[in-house]
Amino acid sequence: MYSQALNTRDTSTDSSPEAIRFQARIDDEQRIEPNDWMPEAYRRTLIRQISQHAHSEIVGMLPEGNWITRAPSLRRKAALLAKVQDEGGHGLYLYSAAETLGVAREDLEDQLLSGRAKYSSIFNYPTLSWADIGTIGWLVDGAAIMNQIPLCRCSYGPYARAMIRVCREESFHQRQGYEIVLTLCRGTTEQKAMAQDALDRWWWPCLMMFGPPDTDSLHSDTSMRWKIKRFSNDGLRQKFVDATVPQGHFLGLTFPDPELRFDETEGHWQFGAIDWDEFRAVLSGNGPCNRERLEARRKAHDDGAWVREAALAHAAKQRKTA
Amino acid sequence: MPPAPSRKERRRFPSFLRPMTTTSIAVEESPRIRTLLALADDALILGHRISEWTGHAPTLEEELAFANIALDLIGQARALYQATGQNEDELAYLRDPHRFRNALIAELPNGDFAFTIVRLFLVSVASDQFWRSAVQNDDPDIAAIAAKAQKETAYHVRHAADWLVRLGDGTAESHRRAQNALDALWPYTGDIVDRDAWLQAVAPVLARATLTQPAEGWMQPSGRDGRHTEHLGHLLAEMQILPRTYPGATW
Ligand SMILES: [Fe+2]
Ligand SMILES: [Fe+2]
Repeated sequence: MYSQALNTRDTSTDSSPEAIRFQARIDDEQRIEPNDWMPEAYRRTLIRQISQHAHSEIVGMLPEGNWITRAPSLRRKAALLAKVQDEGGHGLYLYSAAETLGVAREDLEDQLLSGRAKYSSIFNYPTLSWADIGTIGWLVDGAAIMNQIPLCRCSYGPYARAMIRVCREESFHQRQGYEIVLTLCRGTTEQKAMAQDALDRWWWPCLMMFGPPDTDSLHSDTSMRWKIKRFSNDGLRQKFVDATVPQGHFLGLTFPDPELRFDETEGHWQFGAIDWDEFRAVLSGNGPCNRERLEARRKAHDDGAWVREAALAHAAKQRKTA
Repeated sequence: MPPAPSRKERRRFPSFLRPMTTTSIAVEESPRIRTLLALADDALILGHRISEWTGHAPTLEEELAFANIALDLIGQARALYQATGQNEDELAYLRDPHRFRNALIAELPNGDFAFTIVRLFLVSVASDQFWRSAVQNDDPDIAAIAAKAQKETAYHVRHAADWLVRLGDGTAESHRRAQNALDALWPYTGDIVDRDAWLQAVAPVLARATLTQPAEGWMQPSGRDGRHTEHLGHLLAEMQILPRTYPGATW
């Protein structure tokens, strides 16, 4: 569902022939493949980014999973279940892409469960009404697309290829989410109020999904030079706002930002100040659902331990008799 | 659905004094509709139960497999409801618990992974046998649904049987859990129509799983007459909440 490109400190003092050849290949828009030489920092950055992305897909199943049993029609129930399943599939491809860099999925999962790894801040917010399901598709999947389309051209081959398939599915989710919100906005007074309330709660957290403002990155950005990242956080955020505000107005909804206005000379929607204290709090574990989300993942893992052990024990028995 | 209060009525009674109406519907059940509802309700209620695993399954691969199975079952339910000629959502969302025609086994809570797998296995073997013969059904709607459902159900049987063998013939703990689940679920298999054929398909898998087949003793009633367990009411209260709270809304 979501990836936030990481800012990397500049560690580019490596002037070995391999390092120079590596950078030349990247400048030439060639793809780096698992068996190619790569700087350790490049490998580490990718592992961190891809695994955070994978964790976000997996944790992201929880807020939407919360409404599968209450979806208001059979068509919506099937579509939501299929969407959440897609997110699980994204997690799976992404863990596989990370594994090509020499880490084991189990270790990455341990990092998530122990709270050492991060995942997207957005999934620490609760889904309180059916409108949240539409709004997440429209805004959260929409923001994910903004972030991930550039990653289809990421310099690391397996990540770029995973993103192509993922982006196709995310745009389907985005359209489906928008259609849910549209149906609510064309519905009863209560339904429209539900949609407005969802936008009020999700708008600012969605803007935070793009990460801290560019003025906060003190170091020249190696991720850009390595073409893991192609646009700045603020650049992507602006693109998202410009694409989304007219969609919201078409729905007849109001954005919870009194300063939102179209700047004719710039050709952009200008928006008010983001509450970065809230972002930092959620990121450091103090969002509305951080503890519940991790607890749910840990419980699934712990409850499943005997199942995984049984599968291993059975496979071992089969090998012995084979 | 009951007609909405007229404008005149609304004026006469403030909302808290308006005469109470119900959102519930009753269905005229011809034998054909009753058959379709029994099949559809089985698929919907079991699919709903399996969908409850989303986000909580023991492995990521199993998340995806359970979602597939739940999607198949919900898809079958929709096709079957549509074949009644009535609105699928009204049938699913506006019938009271006693109007549901599913077998009790489908509505029992998921329990642990062993319980979910054993139930899926026992039910899917019966469904598999039904759908394979239903391909020749005189009712063209049922035959058409069977053509797709038999492929899906064959996969459900395979998936459940593979896990059942892994659990039964895995560790001491997984064996214990699988046997407990089997013992608990067996009395809910009383309404399987062709029991001999069913037993013949079930027995070899239980043997491979090193599980003991429970004795053929007392059986629970079927539930198809509308007498359900305590669990169905809770399941439906959750599932039906939006259409019941906002009558007439489109989603
Ligand atoms: Fe995703
Ligand atoms: Fe998505």
